[in-house]
Amino acid sequence: MHIMEGFLPHPWWEIWFALSAPAVAYGLWRMNALVKERRETLPLLAVAGAFIFVLSSLKLPSVTGSCSHPTGTGMAAIFFGPWIASVMATIVLLYQAIFLAHGGLTTLGANVFSMGIAGPIIGYAAYKGVMRLGINPYIAVFLAASLADISTYLVTSLQLALAIPAAVGGSFASFRAFAAIFALTQVPLAIVEGVVTALIFKYIAELRGDVLLELNVLSKGALNKLMEARG
Amino acid sequence: MKGELITAAVLIVFFGAFLYVNSTGDHEWSGADSQAEGAIGELTGGSYEPWFEPIWEPPSGEIENLFFSLQAAIGGLIIGYFLGYNRRRSEVEAPTKRGSNAR
Repeated sequence: MHIMEGFLPHPWWEIWFALSAPAVAYGLWRMNALVKERRETLPLLAVAGAFIFVLSSLKLPSVTGSCSHPTGTGMAAIFFGPWIASVMATIVLLYQAIFLAHGGLTTLGANVFSMGIAGPIIGYAAYKGVMRLGINPYIAVFLAASLADISTYLVTSLQLALAIPAAVGGSFASFRAFAAIFALTQVPLAIVEGVVTALIFKYIAELRGDVLLELNVLSKGALNKLMEARG
Repeated sequence: MKGELITAAVLIVFFGAFLYVNSTGDHEWSGADSQAEGAIGELTGGSYEPWFEPIWEPPSGEIENLFFSLQAAIGGLIIGYFLGYNRRRSEVEAPTKRGSNAR
């Protein structure tokens, strides 16, 4: 989902910066407040960030004969909400823009928006929505992580389509072209990301259910059920 | 164990699909990001020129791999440390619950 350096023309790169910057600033503020008030959540913050590091470094082959990578942002969104997730995504995207020439500094705003804001918001909403239905939390985590992943790529397609309308057919034709590249490739990856995220979530819930309770990720009843299922 | 089994099954299907697709013909297995770059060229009739170049590019594929592996290693280290530390902690704090089962 990295839009390459220099590939978003004026005014689009400025627009995405303008949309992303407030969200990341708010996320930074939230993160600071969280660490100050609830020091015990710090290790989990590190793990959620580390998860994004690992998953977004894995370029996986897909059924379309091309490679793409998961985003890993779903877990951070589930634990800490989309704003803090946007800070973590920004760190990873900066690392990749500077050291790997993947993505770019001029396209950072757009990439942060798709991977750090849009994806996590959808993942967070999916998690909260499914949990409200009282369904198994692992299914909620699976759906949240998968949807955060795939929606990131749809937003990237939309960003490219808006900025670079096709000579014939305009932005609509562009969107179809970009979505064909990104979205289909991403489906199997999103499923894998969902399953792996659910497994790591399970380990974390079993070991530090207390922190997940405190962060309102799980209710007391839901956590008890998970621990009973473990036996 | 159920979670691990489901994950393993999904991964096996995923890599099975890769092996199958790979056997069906010539695939480049190139990155979707660079394919999008190609699509931009096609959609605009080759008129789009990137207006900014990366400030630094890994000078070779090896150096690029180095930074990608480093990224994964940093992340893996943190996750592994967290899980290992807390597993031990939960054993020490609740020896009757978990320790007695283990022994």
